Amino acid sequence: MKISRPLFCLLFLIIGFSTLPAHADENALAPKTPVAGWPEDGALGTYDRASLQRGFQVYKQVCSACHSLKLLAYRDLTELGFSDAEVKAIAAQVQVTDGPNDQGEMFQRPGRPSDNFIMPFPNDQAARAANGGALPPDLSLIIKARKGHEDYVYSILTGFGQTPPADEKIASGMNYNPYFAGHQIAMPPPLTDGAVTYADGTQASVEQEARDVVQFLSWASEPSLEVRHQTGIKVLLFLAVFAGIMYGVKRKVWEKLY
Amino acid sequence: MAQGERVNFKNPVICWIDERLPLFSMMHKEYAAFPTPKNFNYLWNFGALSLFMLVTMIVTGVFLAMYYTPSTDHAFNSVERIMRDVNWGWLIRYIHMNGASMFFIVVYVHIFRGMYYGSYKYPRELLWILGVIILLLMMATAFMGYVLPWGQMSFWGATVITNLFSAIPLVGNKIVTWLWGGFSVDNPTLNRFYALHYLLPFVIFGVSFLHVAALHISGSNNPLGIDVKSPKDTVPFHPYYTAKDCFGLTIFLIFFAVIIFFLPNYLGDPDNYIPANPMVTPTHIVPEWYFLPFYAILRSFTIDIHIPFTHVVLISSKLGGVILMFGAVLLMFFLPWLDRSPVRSAVFRPLYRKFFWIFVATSITLGWVGSRPPEGLPVIIGQIATAYYFVHFLIILPMLPKYEKTLPLPNSISEAVLKGR
Repeated sequence: MKISRPLFCLLFLIIGFSTLPAHADENALAPKTPVAGWPEDGALGTYDRASLQRGFQVYKQVCSACHSLKLLAYRDLTELGFSDAEVKAIAAQVQVTDGPNDQGEMFQRPGRPSDNFIMPFPNDQAARAANGGALPPDLSLIIKARKGHEDYVYSILTGFGQTPPADEKIASGMNYNPYFAGHQIAMPPPLTDGAVTYADGTQASVEQEARDVVQFLSWASEPSLEVRHQTGIKVLLFLAVFAGIMYGVKRKVWEKLY
Repeated sequence: MAQGERVNFKNPVICWIDERLPLFSMMHKEYAAFPTPKNFNYLWNFGALSLFMLVTMIVTGVFLAMYYTPSTDHAFNSVERIMRDVNWGWLIRYIHMNGASMFFIVVYVHIFRGMYYGSYKYPRELLWILGVIILLLMMATAFMGYVLPWGQMSFWGATVITNLFSAIPLVGNKIVTWLWGGFSVDNPTLNRFYALHYLLPFVIFGVSFLHVAALHISGSNNPLGIDVKSPKDTVPFHPYYTAKDCFGLTIFLIFFAVIIFFLPNYLGDPDNYIPANPMVTPTHIVPEWYFLPFYAILRSFTIDIHIPFTHVVLISSKLGGVILMFGAVLLMFFLPWLDRSPVRSAVFRPLYRKFFWIFVATSITLGWVGSRPPEGLPVIIGQIATAYYFVHFLIILPMLPKYEKTLPLPNSISEAVLKGR
């Protein structure tokens, strides 16, 4: 075919351009992938249930002090492998403002599975006031909302504790983190070795906690990932067979012409 | 369209209807018996694929509209509700979101195919013009659709693009206020964009109908670019091209499915998963990939043009960029008159063929430039590529017939097809 050579050159051009880094982004270090990779990656990727449950524990005991997760409801936790009774118990641990009641007053009641995750602060202003002016972002979509996705959040969480280069002055109340744009982040190092005690006996190192909570947040960003992957495989299998049939039909129809 | 010869259908109900309203005869004439050149290659699938994408977008869009809330307070969360709580909502939304990209991919291939084989030339000028109108409508629809999820890129993209109109001298700012329905991109803007985003696809559908109607008057072009001379050159559309289109569609669906199920956010910007915030500007405001070449042209005009020896700005860099960007699209309307070569297909135009591929490479380069922050080398490359874009249309195409020695055309499609075997 006459067009194959130029077409090849163009494909080369497109692929060449798309492999260049999209932006010479600020001065942040490129996010690193943990050695084991992420179980949700790849066409057959699924979340690791045990890691999800541990990650939820890290969120609940550490992150939720400052970060909301407002797009999630307690009922969603059944997807982590918790039973209905367990989810009920988890929801009941929090107090939710409800109302108004018959007297026109708001009241507090224990949470139900249908409630959304309670927020640590009533509004953004309160969150800023309690955090030296910085706003801890909502984490519901954090993995999808950052370039680098899982790797980025993992790198931020494990990227503390390094000594800043001599020419970088860290403002008061800020912390050095080379993976963050501008290298100065208002969040203090959130994870420490043994910050949580895992019920399944997993050693709670900073890396392990980061990995688990990133796994949990990845699920929170994209709860439909597993069903999407499974459906995709079926759809592709169907289409591959159907393409074969359609090719046969096309051949058969055109055969008559000559 | 279908008066005169009516087809005899076996089914008495169809016969009864057809006698009173010859829809079935028309469908038979235009889609079953319709004589079509027998030498199409697979690039001729992309018209049917475009129609398929239009229908896909309308159908998925109608379902999304049942759950979407066009309000600055609820838009973002209503989209997330579709993703999380609506049964199969994630699938419908990912089809629609990536469908926009797929629609542009097939339409861009369709356009470049038309350019390569000279499909815009006599007698298909109006057919081509209707196509350019569809492209413009698609751009408007896609732009407004991207605003609806009310993420950061939605909001700031809308702000940047609507602000372009402020470059119009004297009345620019008034026009922008009128477009916004206020003094910034806000709830009224979102509401009207939603109304128009629902309306315009049906306008596209109407213009597509005219596009197809015009096609059925002149008949299809073909890879040789020569006219159909005898019935031997054609085959009936059905079953020959229905079979070929169905196979092509299946291959396209495989590509589409890989994107939907395994890379649904690959073509999007992560920033659009952050709710719109008028107080925080993203570091780089970038449009969706299908607008990048035009975005690069917009930003290539970097100087203000003054009235000589004064400080009065005649054309600001902003106005210049806007003129170039709209000019880049509007120029396509004139393509049938800019290219005067009597030979349609690039197969027989050795020089044009080279310049065609350079033009495609230029467009891709512009796309890359559009994705970069406007500083350093990409700016220079963008300016050269923009200049070349216009040179291609305004100088190369008109001049080419004078210097080009075209190859001899075959006598007929059937002769060439038989020789090729």
